[in-house]
Amino acid sequence: MTTDSSRKDMTLGEVLRSQGISRRSFLKFCAATASMMALPPAMIPKIAQALEQARRPSVIWLSFQECTGCTESLTRSHSATIEHLIFDVISLDYHHTLQAASGDHAEAARKAAMEENYGKYLMVVDGSIPTGNPGYSTIAGISNVDMLMETAKGAAAVIAVGTCASYGGIPHAKPNPTGAVSVSDLIKDKPIINVPGCPPIPVVITGVLTQYLTFGAIPELDDIGRPKVFYGQAIHDRCYRRPFYDKGLFAETFDDEGAKKGWCLYKLGCKGPTTYNACATTKWNNGTSFPIEAGHPCLGCSQPDFWDGGGFYKALSIPTEDITRDIIYASAAGIAAGVAVGVMNKTRKNAAKKAHQKTTIDDLEK
Amino acid sequence: MNSRAQFNIQIGDELTWNVQPLLHEVRHALKQLIETGETAIIDLRSIPLAPGEEQKLIDTLGEGEVHAGLNALGPSEIIETRFSGVWLVTHYNEENSIISRFIEITEFPDILKSQREDMNEALDALEQQLASNQIADAAHTTSEADQ
Repeated sequence: MTTDSSRKDMTLGEVLRSQGISRRSFLKFCAATASMMALPPAMIPKIAQALEQARRPSVIWLSFQECTGCTESLTRSHSATIEHLIFDVISLDYHHTLQAASGDHAEAARKAAMEENYGKYLMVVDGSIPTGNPGYSTIAGISNVDMLMETAKGAAAVIAVGTCASYGGIPHAKPNPTGAVSVSDLIKDKPIINVPGCPPIPVVITGVLTQYLTFGAIPELDDIGRPKVFYGQAIHDRCYRRPFYDKGLFAETFDDEGAKKGWCLYKLGCKGPTTYNACATTKWNNGTSFPIEAGHPCLGCSQPDFWDGGGFYKALSIPTEDITRDIIYASAAGIAAGVAVGVMNKTRKNAAKKAHQKTTIDDLEK
Repeated sequence: MNSRAQFNIQIGDELTWNVQPLLHEVRHALKQLIETGETAIIDLRSIPLAPGEEQKLIDTLGEGEVHAGLNALGPSEIIETRFSGVWLVTHYNEENSIISRFIEITEFPDILKSQREDMNEALDALEQQLASNQIADAAHTTSEADQ
């Protein structure tokens, strides 16, 4: 029989083998993992080789000002095989929503995991951290800031899961009553991977964990700390409705002819052009669909300050002859039209952010 | 009634023209396989397909002579399409949800091959089986001799 402590010294390949998982099953797992990590299928043999030798890391998961949506997203995922395997091969030593222990026992488990794996464990955080009155959010009488800083000391890397941990998220929205900040606002001396989304796509969370597990290093990140492999392209650029945008075919209302024909939702407030995430390809509910496919504009939930972006149903800009002309000029100049539109939209979004005071019912109905 | 119609999820009348370029990619890969022996895999989960387009692609590829099934961490379906050398490989989890789907352009998908590690274990298991059979036979012979 394999004990939990002996499993900690085993490689992932050995753990899976001890569970009677065949090499063929492992290769199937690697194929699904490559797809999940958005890596080319040609990488499958390399993933198999690296995963087989990977050792079981200790993970300490801290939840602060959050709604538990990120954990729900992960644990309610439909591709159970992959998630179960991931959780079987990582040692999730502390997660106060999922662990059986509570109170002093739970905190003792966190301290023990920290001591045993000092310098090697992964710290995962969901939720923002209040910097105002420490009493806004405590765990076992410890303020969120204290727990974060204490646990971060021995971490090899930090993964901020969800927009709240990555950028402050909804608690950080104006007027930010708790003084909520992100993980990267407080921790400056550790590698941090931001996995934003409200919530993030389950396979993106496991994909980032697997990538770290597989290659033992943090992936290439964009300028706001997100793995490029999942957040490298705008929703708009990967959207199956993009050809309608290029043709100038838009839904004007939620029930007009354009909506019925599945045309572009840009004029209904879609934030796809300024939002970077994997929804358009990875999709949700095990690849079933994503908001735009269901007929709703993208809210831009993986971007900083998405809640204060100027109204979910307000178009970033109304495409007019001028915009079309600008796109044509941009294309003629050899600049990708999507990039030009993205730049224009970012400018408008920033202007909207400056002009915006608070979100009202009127904003939502526009 | 399919689930999309049941829940009134909109499907655009006009497809977004992803199927034709994908078929061209398959054609290029098949040509490459014939000329150089180089295989290719297309991950359908990495391509932004419109509702209905994946099914249209699968329908166009059709089914050929081989239809194999795996039972490894949930079922998998390996179908040679009506275009020889073009395979559709679909992996499901234990809840029968699709976890990945590939078009493989190859003579024979790797996932179907017996793996060396599994064969080594199989050899051990077979030798143990033979050893235990011998013990059982010996015990049977002894017991017959005693009688």
